[in-house]
Amino acid sequence: MALLETRKLSMDFGGLRAIDTIDVTIEAHEIVSLIGPNGAGKTTVFNCVTGIFAPTSGEIRYRGESLVGLRPNQVTARGVARTFQNIRLFREMTVLENVMVGSHCRMKAGVAGAVFRPGAVIKEEEEAVARALDLLRFVALEEKADLWARQLPYGDQRRLEIARAMASDPTLLLLDEPAAGMNPQETNALMELIRLIRDRGITVLLIEHHMKVVMGISDRLIVLDHGVKIAEGKPEAIREDPTVIGAYLGQESIGA
Amino acid sequence: MRTPSRSMPLRQRPLLRIVLASLWFGLLSLPLMMELQAPYFGLGRPLMVSVVVGLVGLLWWLASQWSERLRHVVARVVDTGGSHVRQLAEGPGRRLLYALALACAVLIPLGLNRYYIDVLTQVGMYVTLALGLNIVVGLAGLLDLGYIAFYAVGAYTYGLLSTRIGLSFWEVLPLGALLAAIFGVLLGIPVLRLRGDYLAIVTLGFGEMIRITLNNWDSLTRGPNGIIGIARPKIWGFTFSNPIHYYYLIVAIVLLTIFVVDRLNRSRIGRAWTAMRDDEVAAEVMGIDLMKTKLLAFGLGATWAGLAGVFFAGKMTFISPESFTFFESVIILCMVVLGGMGSVPGVILGAALLVILPEMMRQFALYRMLIFGGAMVMMMVLRPQGLIASPRRAIALRREDQARSAVVKPASERLGLPSRGERKRGTP
Amino acid sequence: MLLQQLVNGLTLGSVYALIALGYTMVYGIIELINFAHGEIYMLGAYMGIVAFSVLTTFHLTAPSSGATLFLMLLAAMLFCGACGVTVERLAYRPLRNAPRLSPLISALGVSIFLQNFVMLAQGPRDKGFPHLFIRGGIDFPGGRISSIQIFIMVTSVLMMVGLQLLVRRTKIGKAMRATAQDKQMATLVGIDVDRIISVTFLIGSALAAVAGVMVGMYYGLINFFIGYIAGIKAFTAAVLGGIGSIPGAMLGGLLLGLIEALGAGYISSEYKDVFAFAILVLVLVFRPSGLLGADISKRV
Repeated sequence: MALLETRKLSMDFGGLRAIDTIDVTIEAHEIVSLIGPNGAGKTTVFNCVTGIFAPTSGEIRYRGESLVGLRPNQVTARGVARTFQNIRLFREMTVLENVMVGSHCRMKAGVAGAVFRPGAVIKEEEEAVARALDLLRFVALEEKADLWARQLPYGDQRRLEIARAMASDPTLLLLDEPAAGMNPQETNALMELIRLIRDRGITVLLIEHHMKVVMGISDRLIVLDHGVKIAEGKPEAIREDPTVIGAYLGQESIGA
Repeated sequence: MRTPSRSMPLRQRPLLRIVLASLWFGLLSLPLMMELQAPYFGLGRPLMVSVVVGLVGLLWWLASQWSERLRHVVARVVDTGGSHVRQLAEGPGRRLLYALALACAVLIPLGLNRYYIDVLTQVGMYVTLALGLNIVVGLAGLLDLGYIAFYAVGAYTYGLLSTRIGLSFWEVLPLGALLAAIFGVLLGIPVLRLRGDYLAIVTLGFGEMIRITLNNWDSLTRGPNGIIGIARPKIWGFTFSNPIHYYYLIVAIVLLTIFVVDRLNRSRIGRAWTAMRDDEVAAEVMGIDLMKTKLLAFGLGATWAGLAGVFFAGKMTFISPESFTFFESVIILCMVVLGGMGSVPGVILGAALLVILPEMMRQFALYRMLIFGGAMVMMMVLRPQGLIASPRRAIALRREDQARSAVVKPASERLGLPSRGERKRGTP
Repeated sequence: MLLQQLVNGLTLGSVYALIALGYTMVYGIIELINFAHGEIYMLGAYMGIVAFSVLTTFHLTAPSSGATLFLMLLAAMLFCGACGVTVERLAYRPLRNAPRLSPLISALGVSIFLQNFVMLAQGPRDKGFPHLFIRGGIDFPGGRISSIQIFIMVTSVLMMVGLQLLVRRTKIGKAMRATAQDKQMATLVGIDVDRIISVTFLIGSALAAVAGVMVGMYYGLINFFIGYIAGIKAFTAAVLGGIGSIPGAMLGGLLLGLIEALGAGYISSEYKDVFAFAILVLVLVFRPSGLLGADISKRV
């Protein structure tokens, strides 16, 4: 069974069809890239999968269970986490706390637990701190754990978003343009990081414009244009695909 | 200093600006301040306004000339003051500090007369109210302008149960808090989907609806006449009668409030509130149930208003809808904002200032509210984060040893994947 | 009885509509609930009295002439316009990029300040409004419509038509619509956004001033506290119609006036104010975009 599959997924915004009957299948332990020109509907797919938008029609199945109609937090609880294209960190919280918020849905302490702070709750908090630190170490932000999130440079903020998403123990991680705004060095490190994430057993679906990243790490590519899936396959095949080249020719060059 | 040339635009000619501004305000105040029957049509008063505006402008300008960084200096002084308070409150000596503060709170009133004790009791009540509202506004970022309604719920719960059924203060205290919490949740449900400013108006509406209902439901609340003869608190045959008794009672309530609010703030729930305040969408995507988290904030915020309300009814032995106007909600909100949203010491300071300053300004009683309104605007324009900006939680202090103790295996090991040694760093 | 309530409701409703326009225009442009707008309306009512006493003390116009009334309205509009622009400049403009809570609290501060300023300058007691056009009216089966009621309705309609023309037909109206849609884009095409915002406050405040003078004439008494309730009701009207939408504010105002008059007449006048709040809550909960508004519940 596929980890995630969409069937005839469509989303309208006031008469405008943002994505049109899209079928996507993601197998476990893959790295799949969703590419396409600006406005192709890539982020809309993410928003539908994570419950931010309710799709107009179509089906989204995650491990065979429908995600349609679930709230974003319920989707996260089922093991799908994501980052945002326009970074959305909690600016008034520290780096460490940002990651700890990510593990919110894996923790249990309620009001009584917070007030009386029994042993179990203390242990849970300690575990959350330890796990958050481990994730920060994983994305090389450990030294910055006590800074404010808003103090971080751009590339660090992107990696913090990844750590925060991973704190919810996802099986499927959706990354929305993780390399945007990164310098070449940071980009290389990011590619390495994404491979390591996959090695942790997490399936990665990413939206990316940076072709070096896309071609370098993806097992498979899915190409959208004007809300329609126009191609799917191995990176080498997609590179040669005339439809894809045609879609991009109207836009910027593919090697950007 | 440069002398402004004739061709310079208005904004670069500060003296001219000051003169124009003072004339403008004189002109604006003219119609409502003049008196046609008085000598010179009473033009003295608008002239005074002009002069005052001019002087303030001049002082402001001189100050900025004398040191361009004066404003930053002031801001830094306040900031360091705030962070010192914060460090003291969280550093290793904090237990000592708390003990000292508690000793002060217990001992100081012994040397004061009834009036001062009464003022301090008021401070305590407002601290409880403001800390409660702080949960809703400061931590969860939901602007609630009808908060006083929950205070009214607490007060009327005790007023009614005491006069009708004869329940005791101690029985009603938790009951009033619970009822206020239930009201908080009930009023919270319909407004869950609303954005900040709509929420403000709707909560304002709810607050007013409750007040109007109290005013008109004569058979239950005796309307504007209010409820009289509410029993004073008693404990083991001892009746609270002296102001100092109430003072110690409110000190206990305040301590409980501080303890609980602080613990909530430093918990998983507090993190969820702050995350929600910063970015609702991101918070929900991170797995936070917005509905539950918001309702928790409304309910847990209202609880303290209910508690303070029961205390209020027990202390005054008389309550009427007049005590629960929209304006009271605004004052409590100002305490939270003035002190620093989200910061417990800040909110306490804000409440103390806004109770004590008006008492000290009694000779200016007439101008009190005028100054109050002006100060709210000034505060927002000059220092929106409040006097003691919210400290982030002190996980850092305890973090080191926890990290070393490594209670759990890191995520990678749990997933049966490469261990720390084999893993490469994400970035160089 | 029913007809009479309808007439009363429409009168009140057209006043609400005029004030609501100020809320809706400001919200449309800077997404701020201008809590101080009700006080501007109150200032307008006071300015009406002041203008009247100046005109009559110096025998400039005949007390009950149309010229007096016109000059009263004009003075109130100019004064309130100036106040509105000043308030925006001092209390809102510095906060344009601040967190959402800040301008709201600042607006509350302005509201408290203006209320107390008027209380200090004009005294805390009710003020009698000059009796203008108090006589006359048209009787019809089951009720009576007074000349003041006719005047209020006609003036309100004229004001609203004028505003519609201004917004739809003139250059400044076009600039206002552009600014409401996208401030950055408006700046790029050369619109002075700060100026447009000032103009918006000017127009909204002037409309509130007209409402203030007319309500003063209608009830004959005013005090420094009338802005609070009127402000909330007008805001309700704006939300009811769909905040940001000018026709919506008009429709919302009239509807609210009718609902209130009918509620007061047939259910209970003591709970009159509760109706307004209940409607506000119901609208916001079930149709936050209002009757004519676009959907505002966009996410991400």
